[in-house]
Amino acid sequence: MAEQTLDDQPLLVAEDLGKNYGRLTACRDVSFALYPGEVLAVVGESGSGKSTLLQLLSAQLAPSAGRVSYRMRDGVLRDLAELGEAERRFLFRTDWGFVHQDPAQGLRMAVSAGANVGERLMAVGWNHYGRIRDTASSWLERVEIDTGRIDDAPKTYSGGMRQRLQIARNLVTEPRLVFMDEPTGGLDVSVQARLLDLMRNLVSELGLAAIVVTHDLAVARLLSHRVMVMKGGRVIETGLTDQVLDDPREPYTQLLVSSILPA
Amino acid sequence: MNAPTYNFAYLDEQTKRMIRRAILKAIAIPGYQVPFASREMPMPYGWGTGGVQVTAAILGPEDVLKVIDQGSDDTTNAISIRKFFGKTAGVATTTATSDATVIQTRHRIPEAALHGGQILVYQVPIPEPLRFLEPRETETRRMHALGEYGLMHVKLYEDIARFGHIATAYAYPVKVNARYVMDPSPTPKFDNPKMDNCPALQLFGAGREKRIYAIPPHTNVVSLDFEDHPFTRYRFDAPCALCGADDSYLDEIVTDDKGSRMFVCSDTDYCESRQLAGHRGSESAAPHKERAHG
Repeated sequence: MAEQTLDDQPLLVAEDLGKNYGRLTACRDVSFALYPGEVLAVVGESGSGKSTLLQLLSAQLAPSAGRVSYRMRDGVLRDLAELGEAERRFLFRTDWGFVHQDPAQGLRMAVSAGANVGERLMAVGWNHYGRIRDTASSWLERVEIDTGRIDDAPKTYSGGMRQRLQIARNLVTEPRLVFMDEPTGGLDVSVQARLLDLMRNLVSELGLAAIVVTHDLAVARLLSHRVMVMKGGRVIETGLTDQVLDDPREPYTQLLVSSILPA
Repeated sequence: MNAPTYNFAYLDEQTKRMIRRAILKAIAIPGYQVPFASREMPMPYGWGTGGVQVTAAILGPEDVLKVIDQGSDDTTNAISIRKFFGKTAGVATTTATSDATVIQTRHRIPEAALHGGQILVYQVPIPEPLRFLEPRETETRRMHALGEYGLMHVKLYEDIARFGHIATAYAYPVKVNARYVMDPSPTPKFDNPKMDNCPALQLFGAGREKRIYAIPPHTNVVSLDFEDHPFTRYRFDAPCALCGADDSYLDEIVTDDKGSRMFVCSDTDYCESRQLAGHRGSESAAPHKERAHG
């Protein structure tokens, strides 16, 4: 199978990635490879460069040093900085997803849930109302939103529903890579648990690769296969999730792990 | 011509040159919104400052001007603009669609078929069709540049989801020459098919928003729709009460406070010329003796 051979090659490769804002170094010397179907968590405290890194990886920011390459659907690994803007935006609408911490940033709050999910389909040329609506409603079901609310705007939704809608909106074009920025931030604990459960199922069902930025180690443990710990803009420790969280080597990681309140 | 207090057709020559350049660029890229240095005009924004500037820039001494407002030749806006150019350019004015060489319009395309050599100038309040879904101008320009028009269908989707059909009745988005999505100014969607393959040149001027765009003659103009919800024209299902026309766009006129109403052609020139030709509707008395004139 062609899929098999593709799976052996990395989907996204970061090499010596760095970003400076003037004299301030937001992140530097970040290198890793992400394979298809793999979930990578980036953890660290506020200001450690996690969000900057995510923006660099998703080509929303131009790096000051290093580069990011992505394997396109035709199997060719390409430097994101060399893609034209049209190609980059197309990638962002089709092969990638981006789940924001604040759903208001990722959704159109004033248009209905159905149109929110259908937007990406219409952007790639779907032109049949009935089919767009059917697809939207099946995705609402998959993210456990009552399909009776398909015509309601997300501003009438609860926080958890908004976040689930945002996920549906991103996954409708069957992307291969999803970026998530604190996907459970600002949600209460029971809603978080439900959302994490949903995301874990979707990621494994669809064979998604994902890069999850979070300060919540529980999210990292539940979702990710691998963890990267960042401090002061650098990656200080990386490894399999269980290994890093159960047996942290770096003092800072030990501090992070030990600062989790016992349940 | 009257005493030349003003330069011909009001604008100074440098301004005309600047606007003509914008118009030429607009014609070269059908449907593309060309920015221009819109001037202050002696009338408030929303009264056709964009259309007036375009008209002033293209008007020559030999031209015959017609101005319509919501189809009518004799409303305040139409009369004042017609008088304005009568005074500042001394051009002949008319109300007959077929006699005019330049027609400035607000909200309608005349019923009578336009012919080659005519120029239709639209007054445009909001030239950006994506505005209500994407408020950032930088972003909408990028979307135009990259041809990302999925958002336009989101608007139509919302219509169907809410009302069961595409309820956008005016300013209905069109795709020009298979490239740019364009707002045809607030004309009723009834008029959209008239823009397609029209032999006349169509120019659009938005004064406050400082944009000019154009549809050259015989250009392909398609109204956006869904396969299962195709574009449809809309008109009240009644004949005109004055001339009996059953193919024209109608205005609804409330005649008392008990629910009575009548429907009459919104295009007064079309209605009057039909009445002169002997057509009668249910409410017509004698044919109009006097026609609006400039």
